[in-house]
Amino acid sequence: MRHLNDKSKTDVELDDYQSAARPHDYVDDLTRIAPADAGKWLNTGVDIAEKDRAGTFIQKDCSVIHSQAKDQGVEVMGISAALKKHDWLKDYLWKHISPEKDKFTEAAHTRPHEGYFIRSLPGVKLAAPVQSCLYIAQEGLSQNVHNMVIAEENSEMHIITGCSTSPHLVKGLHVGVSEIFVKKGAVLHFTMIHDWGESINVRPRTAIHVEAGGVIVSNYICLRPVGSLQMAPVTYLDGVGAVGRFNSILVAADGSYLDVGATVHLNYPETRAEIISRAITVGGTIIARGEMMGKVAGCKGHLECKGLLLKDGVMHAIPELAGFVPGVEMSHEAAVGKIDQREIEYLMARGLDEEEAVSTIVRGFLSVDIEGLPPGLAKEIDKAVTETQKDMM
Amino acid sequence: MLVIEDLAVEVGDKPILAHINMEIPEGETHILFGPNGSGKTSLMMTIVGFSGYRVTHGKITFKGEDITYMPIHERARLGIGVSFQRPPTINGLRTRDLVALCARNQPADIEALADLLNFREFLERDVNRNFSGGEIKRSELLQLMAQQPDLVLLDEPESGVDLENIVLLGEVVNTLLERGVKYPRGFEPGHIHLKKRTKSALVITHTGHILDYITADRGQVLYNGHLCCSRNPREILKWIREYGYEECVRCAI
Repeated sequence: MRHLNDKSKTDVELDDYQSAARPHDYVDDLTRIAPADAGKWLNTGVDIAEKDRAGTFIQKDCSVIHSQAKDQGVEVMGISAALKKHDWLKDYLWKHISPEKDKFTEAAHTRPHEGYFIRSLPGVKLAAPVQSCLYIAQEGLSQNVHNMVIAEENSEMHIITGCSTSPHLVKGLHVGVSEIFVKKGAVLHFTMIHDWGESINVRPRTAIHVEAGGVIVSNYICLRPVGSLQMAPVTYLDGVGAVGRFNSILVAADGSYLDVGATVHLNYPETRAEIISRAITVGGTIIARGEMMGKVAGCKGHLECKGLLLKDGVMHAIPELAGFVPGVEMSHEAAVGKIDQREIEYLMARGLDEEEAVSTIVRGFLSVDIEGLPPGLAKEIDKAVTETQKDMM
Repeated sequence: MLVIEDLAVEVGDKPILAHINMEIPEGETHILFGPNGSGKTSLMMTIVGFSGYRVTHGKITFKGEDITYMPIHERARLGIGVSFQRPPTINGLRTRDLVALCARNQPADIEALADLLNFREFLERDVNRNFSGGEIKRSELLQLMAQQPDLVLLDEPESGVDLENIVLLGEVVNTLLERGVKYPRGFEPGHIHLKKRTKSALVITHTGHILDYITADRGQVLYNGHLCCSRNPREILKWIREYGYEECVRCAI
């Protein structure tokens, strides 16, 4: 039996990685990007034609190689350019997350390599999503980025952010500190799609602050192999009626180690939180965490962790609820198991062969209602399911 | 169409059915009566080929082919369709998509079929998720309408269905089995040409209420895992209503 705390997966030494990278040139026209790179970006939802996108940000290793805002209602640039442009921005840095949190936040603090700054202006409702991609191409690099997202008051924005590596990269570490601010009445959809390599280690560290009436909908999708991934964004619902919804869809191939969670602090009345996780393992390890802290009466939360073990592997669902006063209302639902044979046979009785039946059920299992997903992504999910099935059979 | 010869079935290590002989010719609808726990559903599951129902003796032949050990989906593709009493929920699979899967390569107007069953508003819902008893029946029949099997197995089609919907359900079953007495659209009275009926069915019931809504050719009684009577279904129903299953069975022996 595998161990949940596989030291070879959980222990990552920063000294094993390089902290500097060869710079890359800025690219005006994304369609001129090498197909090997562009193909990987496409897997994470990046449209290199930049059609139907309000803005684009691309970082390769430590260099911002493209950044532009097509819509006037949004700012898109590298974090260092943003700090030069806005004097006030430094007050937002490290506001809800401490550099001393762990060695990874410290690395992002002392040896930062850019990161994106995306800000929707007050009252602006962006029709098209903003896209970003953080990409590692240099062997052995530790890419330490610091991202900042601000949805100003009463604005609406959807960000699709992808992370990936060049196809042949063997060793790499991604450290990403992200600070997200959702101001009063703003709505932010934040969809993150990861497509790493089989031995890449990934340590995102995210804090989300939501003011009164603000809404954060966060979707996290990781369907491809990854060496080890550990993340648990912390959200503070810090205003009356603030809402946080977190969906994650995870597939762990043989050798992948995914420790993915979400923590939500419900600090004001009428705040609402929902954490939904759907995870499948075909030989890998998944730890699906969800944590809710109800601090005031009249807040509501629901947690749902569902895991399927299709082959071997480990699936560990850890739903946690903590109420600190009477009048909080929180619930959870967790299930870990295999596909119910009755479901397979039910579909077979309609004429589907066993393989078709299983993939139909798996697709259904993964199809959490995700608002505003780019259309290409449904195809990606299908592709991943087909590949997962090959592993299974 | 369906021939069952000296069939014995075990579930776990427990014998459930023994010495079952049955023949459903093309175009005929048979009713299978029996009290709760008599093995009716087990017989149906065995015909469909579900795991857990182990054939220890005998043979099932469908359209001349031995299907005793055939995988479930091959039986379905050969023309066996079933309406389950308690089908599982399939999360994330919309009813509309399952109906389309049932149709396989044949064209199916899913909306029109759903309208027949007053089920359009359920098409976008996950299969069987929080469906009531009656909604499950309608969903199952909708799938069968798309699948168009030659042998239809219906497990307690009337249970959990309200009076209004049972009429609707009966009509759809009659349509499915080419037993409808309504003129098809575009036909004037007197000009209708009845084609030869090819669809067969086995309908499980323990109350017999369904006989008020569908027509049938023959009835059989299953009791303690044995088939013990075969005659006109209405006659059987009268006997059962008058004397109960136990007496009815004794008479046949």
